[in-house]
Amino acid sequence: MASFPGRHTRHLLGLEGMTPDQIEPLLDLAESYALLNRSRKVPRDVLRGRTLINLFFEDSTRTRTSFELAGKRLGADVINMSVAQSSVNKGETLLDTAATLNAMRTDLLVVRHSQSGAPALLAQKVEASVVNAGDGMHEHPTQALLDALTIRRHLGTLGGLKVAICGDVSHSRVARSNIFLLTGMGSTVRLVGPPTLVPGAMKQRGVEIFHNMEEGLQDVDVVMMLRLQRERMSSGLIPSAREYFRFFGLDQRRLQLARKNALVMHPGPMNRGVEIDSLVADSSQSVIQEQVEMGVAVRMAVLDRLTRSRPAA
Amino acid sequence: MNTLLFENVRLIDPASGLDQPGRLLVRDGVIAGTDKAGAEGTPENATVIDGKNAVLCPGLVDMRVEIGEPGYEYRETVSSAARAASAGGITTLAVLPTCKPAIDNPALVRMLRTRGEETGAITILPYGALTKGCEGKELAEIGLLHEAGAVAFTDGARALDPARLMRLALSYASGFGAMIVQHPEEPSLAGSGCATAGALATRLGLPGIPAAAEAIMIARDIRLAELTGGRLHFAHVSTGEGVALIRQAKERGLNVTCDTAPPYFDLNENTIGDFRTYAKFSPPLRSEDDRLAICAALADGTIDAIGSDHLPRDADDKRLPFAQAATGGTGLVTLLGVTLARVHDGTLTLPQALSLLTHRPAQLLGAECGTLAVGAAADLCLFDPEQSWLVEAGKLPGRAQNTPFDGRPLEGRVLGTWKAGRRVYEAGQA
Repeated sequence: MASFPGRHTRHLLGLEGMTPDQIEPLLDLAESYALLNRSRKVPRDVLRGRTLINLFFEDSTRTRTSFELAGKRLGADVINMSVAQSSVNKGETLLDTAATLNAMRTDLLVVRHSQSGAPALLAQKVEASVVNAGDGMHEHPTQALLDALTIRRHLGTLGGLKVAICGDVSHSRVARSNIFLLTGMGSTVRLVGPPTLVPGAMKQRGVEIFHNMEEGLQDVDVVMMLRLQRERMSSGLIPSAREYFRFFGLDQRRLQLARKNALVMHPGPMNRGVEIDSLVADSSQSVIQEQVEMGVAVRMAVLDRLTRSRPAA
Repeated sequence: MNTLLFENVRLIDPASGLDQPGRLLVRDGVIAGTDKAGAEGTPENATVIDGKNAVLCPGLVDMRVEIGEPGYEYRETVSSAARAASAGGITTLAVLPTCKPAIDNPALVRMLRTRGEETGAITILPYGALTKGCEGKELAEIGLLHEAGAVAFTDGARALDPARLMRLALSYASGFGAMIVQHPEEPSLAGSGCATAGALATRLGLPGIPAAAEAIMIARDIRLAELTGGRLHFAHVSTGEGVALIRQAKERGLNVTCDTAPPYFDLNENTIGDFRTYAKFSPPLRSEDDRLAICAALADGTIDAIGSDHLPRDADDKRLPFAQAATGGTGLVTLLGVTLARVHDGTLTLPQALSLLTHRPAQLLGAECGTLAVGAAADLCLFDPEQSWLVEAGKLPGRAQNTPFDGRPLEGRVLGTWKAGRRVYEAGQA
C-alpha cells in the first residue's frame, strides 16, 4: 500500500502533489468498500477501539453524516462535535482545542473549518490523524476522491479525460481538490464560469479557462457543477440568479454539447434552476446520487488507510 | 423600389479614408455605390439630389445622449430628440440609461431600441445600466442587458465609486466582451463642487472640483482595467491631466478609450461668467489650458470620439442658484457645427473631425453604421462646411433648449439628413 506523500503520511490534508500511485490504490480500496457496502458485508472490526471525532467548525450535514457512517460501519467510536456546542464559542483558540483533543486520546480527527489551512495547523499539534473535511476555499480531498471514484467506475480511467468544472470555482475547495487530482492523473480540467468566479490566475498546466459555457462544454467527458452560494449575489460577484442560470446554468441544450453520455456531477446540495436544471439533475446521465454513495466508501478507505500507520488500538 | 443619386458632392468616408468629389447611389435604403466626379449616366427613375459641392458623409453617430424618456418626458422625448438629431445630421444615438426607471432591465433595452425605430429617423443604441437603478451599489444584469442589445454599460454622470465594484464590473463584463463607460470623477473629492477649482470659482464663491478628481479616477480605473483585462472607456474627459494618463495607457498597449464633448474643446470656465447656469456641466468647464489640452488630444488621436453629451433640461431645472441648478446642456443640433470650429481653426482636418463623429464611435460601440460602404444602410448627412448660422436658444429643433452655445455663430450647416435612404431633415424646412 502506497503512503500519502511526506507530511501527509499520517494525515489527509489535501491532494496537491499526490501522485497516481498514491491515488489509484486508495480508490481500489474504496471500490472494495463500495462493493462490501452494497452486499452489507463490511467487516466491523477494522476500526474497533478507535475514536473518531467529527470536529465541524462550519455547519455540514452531508459530509459529517458520511464520515460518521464510514466510521461506524468500520466499528469506530464516533463522536460529533459541532461548533455550536463546543468551547470554541466560548473563546477557546484552535490550538487549545487541539490540546484538549490530545488529552482525550483521539485516533482520527475529521475537521471542517471556514479558514484555509486550519486543519493543517491542527495537524501540527495533535497526536490524532487529521482528515481535512473542507477548509475554507482550499481543499476538500475526500470530495475529489469520491468524484474520482465515481468517474473511474463509469469511464474506466482518470487519465486523458476532459472534465469541465463549472460555476463558482474561485471560492470552491471542491474545485481545487479536483484540479489537483485530475491534472495529476493526466486529465484536462476546464474551468467554466464568469470571470468574477473563474479568475484567470487559475490557468496552469492542464487547466483551461472558459467564460462561455457553450465553448467550455464542447466535447467534455464529465460536467461537474458547483453550488452557487446566495452570498455571491449579495457580494456583487454576479447580478442575479436568473442571469446566472441563463448563461451558466446546465440545461439539456448545453449538455448536448458535451460527449454523448457525458457524466453530470454535483457535490450537493443543488440549487435547482440556478446552476442546474432539474431535467438534467434527474437524467440518466446524472451520477449525483452515486457520488453520495461513493462518498461513504471513499471515507471508509481513507479512515482505514490512516489508521494502518497508527499504533494498534 | 426607390433610387437616389447624390451628385456634385464631396464624399468623405473616414472608415475607408475616402475623400473626393463624386457621386453616391442609394437603392432601397442601402448604399449601392460611389464613383468619381464627372462620371456619366443616371440610373432610371433615380431621384437626383444636387449637392452643390457640399460634403456628403455618413450620418453622425453620437455616442453620448440622454433623452429623458421614459420618466422625464417634460425635458425631451424620443421623437423630439429625433427631430433635433436629424437637424444635427445625427442618425445614430447611444442613449444613456439614466432615465426613470433606469435601463437596468432587458425589456427596457428593447423598448428604447423600438422607440428609436418608430421615429424612422434615428437608431437608438441603448447603454445598459452598470448597476441596478444606476445607484452604484449592485451590478445590473449585464449579460441579459447585453443580450437584449445594450451596447455598453454606464451609470451616466455618476461615477462608479467603490474600487472593488469597478473591478468586479470590468471583470464580469469582460466575460461578455462588454465595455464599461466611466464618468471619470472621484466623488468624494468632487464633493458638492459645481465649478472647476481655481481662481474663478474662488472669486464667485462656488465650491470647486479640482482637475485632480478626474485624474485620480482615470488613474485608478486604468489600473483596474489592467488588473482585470476589462474593456474600459472614459466619457467626456475634460482635463489635460486626464488625457495625459489615457495617452500613457494607450502607449503601454492597454485597451482604454475615451471621448469628449464640444463644451470641453470649445468653452472654458469663464463661460459661467456671472453664474450662468446654462454653462454648468459635469464635469465642469475647465481652464483654458485644459481646453487646449483636449484640443491637442483630439488632434493626436488620444481622444477616440466626440459625443454631444446632450442633456435636456428645462428652464425650471436651470433657473436656480448656480450650485442648485442642474448640470448639462443640449448638444444634438450643435454637435457638427462646434466640432467644425476646430476644423476652421486648424486643430483638426475635416476627415479627422468626421471620423471622431462617425466611424470611431461606431467602432467603439460595435455598431454597423458610420460608413459609406456599399451595402450599408444609407444613413447620410449632407452639409456645407462654410455656411454660417446663429445658435439661438428657444428656436432650436427639439424640445430642450438649454444650450451653452446661445448666441454663438457657427460655420457649417446641415443641409439634409437621410435615414436608410429616407430624407428626415431638409434645411429651412424645419
